Amino acid sequence: MKWMRLRGLMRKEAYEILRDPSSIAIAFVLPMVLLLIFGYGVSLDARRVSVAEVVDHPTQLTTSFLAELQSSPWFRPTIYPDQASAERALVHGHADAILWLRSDFTRLSYSGNTAPIDLTVNGVDANQARIIKNYVNGTWLVWLEQEATRQGAQLSVPVIADTRVWFNPALRSRDYLIPGLIAIIMTLIGALLTALVVAREWERGTMEGIMVTPVSTPEILLGKLVPYFAMGMGGMILSTTMAVFLFDVPLRGSLLVLFGTATLFLLTALGMGLVISVLARSQFVAAMIAIITTFLPAFILSGFLFDIRSMPQVIQALTHVVAARYFVAMLQSIFLAGDVWPVILRNGFGMAILCVIFLGIALLRFRKRLD
Amino acid sequence: MRLILRRIFALSIKELLALLRDAASRAVLIGPPIIQLLVFGYAATFNLSHVPFVVYNQDQGQSSRDLIARFAGSPSFGLLRVVHNQSALQQAIDDKSALMAIDIGPNFTSDLERGKTSHVQLILDGRDSNTAGLAIGYAQSIVTTFNEAQTAEHGGIPPSTVLLDRAWFNPNLDSHWFIIPGICGILTLLESMLTTGLSVAREREMGTFDQLLVTPMRPTEILFGKALPGFLVGTMEGTLIILVAIFWFHVPFTGSFLGLYVGLFCFLLATVGIGLMISSLARTQQQGLLGVFLFMVPAIVLSGFATPIANMPQAVQYITLLDPLRYFLIVLRRSFLEGAGASLLWPQYWPLAVIGVVSMIIAGRLFRRLY
Repeated sequence: MKWMRLRGLMRKEAYEILRDPSSIAIAFVLPMVLLLIFGYGVSLDARRVSVAEVVDHPTQLTTSFLAELQSSPWFRPTIYPDQASAERALVHGHADAILWLRSDFTRLSYSGNTAPIDLTVNGVDANQARIIKNYVNGTWLVWLEQEATRQGAQLSVPVIADTRVWFNPALRSRDYLIPGLIAIIMTLIGALLTALVVAREWERGTMEGIMVTPVSTPEILLGKLVPYFAMGMGGMILSTTMAVFLFDVPLRGSLLVLFGTATLFLLTALGMGLVISVLARSQFVAAMIAIITTFLPAFILSGFLFDIRSMPQVIQALTHVVAARYFVAMLQSIFLAGDVWPVILRNGFGMAILCVIFLGIALLRFRKRLD
Repeated sequence: MRLILRRIFALSIKELLALLRDAASRAVLIGPPIIQLLVFGYAATFNLSHVPFVVYNQDQGQSSRDLIARFAGSPSFGLLRVVHNQSALQQAIDDKSALMAIDIGPNFTSDLERGKTSHVQLILDGRDSNTAGLAIGYAQSIVTTFNEAQTAEHGGIPPSTVLLDRAWFNPNLDSHWFIIPGICGILTLLESMLTTGLSVAREREMGTFDQLLVTPMRPTEILFGKALPGFLVGTMEGTLIILVAIFWFHVPFTGSFLGLYVGLFCFLLATVGIGLMISSLARTQQQGLLGVFLFMVPAIVLSGFATPIANMPQAVQYITLLDPLRYFLIVLRRSFLEGAGASLLWPQYWPLAVIGVVSMIIAGRLFRRLY
């Protein structure tokens, strides 16, 4: 390997980058747009749930229950005259849930019986429906306790579970979505930057020109890797800066560990792009493979949004070939918890194996040959 | 007129052949959508299963063991191990081997027996806030059933009211029913981007677009010729994906196929239009690929696929009005789960048609401008 030849190849690649600014856009515009959209657009946090309330027979008791809902920050209650109109509102999406206090509610409750409160939720979005149920349940428990105290009775709840959430006590979804998002953005940057570079040279026939020169395969690949690596790192710095200063995500780990893991990950992602590029031979097919294999697997299989441990075993095994999986876990730890070495080493090891496999395939399948 | 139709038809056939010419791109069109639907369909769930937790139990009594047994026996949680001190508990959360820790104080059983309220502490890993939030909900409902059993057993006074909840359209709150129609929409989007997003850019880079322009075909005819294969492939892929969702995943289909297919047609009009627009803006395939991602990723993120649109800030909610996937997901979900027919889906059809027509016109203009 000659330094001079390598430098020449890198300079050539740099000119290529400057000539078609789209790769600069991939490294800098893509992360900016995506972070802004995710940072402001995506939230799994609570919002006000619109509740349709139907009270058949208003009394002091029903009023006190409704007042509790009214004062809660989680609900936006609306009164409907009867159950039928509330059901229509639910079907048309004007209400997320219906609370129905039947006509015998007060009588049952005061006569030592148990009075039912009917809660109907729209179950289409099962996740939201569950959250709504939990909110209503929580509010109802608080009200129950107050009502008992008001009536001079001691409410006997046998067990109360106090929850404490470490690392993100307020469960701010932005704090954990953004580190995960950086992993997805870096997957896109890494693979998109290199997915077309080798295929392009084959398609344009310039590869044949390189072949007649004395450069070796590792030199060609390294010459392609280094300039794009530098750009990918630029994207990483940009993303981290935005995360910390624009979105106030805490960075509790050290910068050294952050960029160390980012280096390893970027090499893996670029390696994956090179593999696509080497195997595809035409830019069109390479682009198709890149579209299919980058974003959605990283989005769905990385544990960024969906819990990996809750997936079926076969799918869990499959997630091990998604590099973003390791990076998501590491970034969430580095940002929110600090340098937790067991997490970093375990995931770093998995990623290193993937990295070696990708770069190995790129090296082996990339031969100087004509066909 | 017949001549025009024949020209459009001829170009469409040429486009289809270009798409299906080599084995690689043929394979890319047929294999991945099904594989992706299967993998993502199983992977993407907000239902928790066997989430690992550790227990630190300082209580010697039977009641605490009962409570732990309820957690361990729940399909949502899986007991990882019992720890014997606070630092082992912390360790288990820190290194991510457990998502949750249950900390039971020494007086748990004796408090219960004296009729005093016992407290247990649930500690959750907030690095993965979404899963942590879900786990809190599941844990609370386990504690609630435990309390009910305790009250019944020890003859305590039952609360004066009870919350009865039920969910419409998805009684078991199975999040697969919500997510899988969403994945159908995403994969249809992906496929139409694959077929149209690079088609013009490729010809332009190869120089064959110039040849097309010197033929007697008018830009509008070229546009139709390029759009038609996108429609054909998109309809076929969409049908395939929807069939897998119904027959493999058994997501109930309660609406009308007419309503769904009108929606699919309008959606393809929009995505094919946008794909051609991206494609004709791009001068190289690399730019086309960047364009595809700059459209596709925000379109998926802002569609309400996994995070509700109603949770987004108002300004972002306005942006989602431009997102064709947003409307199609509603069509899919309402057709699948809510039994909505074509007449209820009008509010989704017309914005899709408007987006489609406008983007087609822009794409046609771009063809002309770049003569």
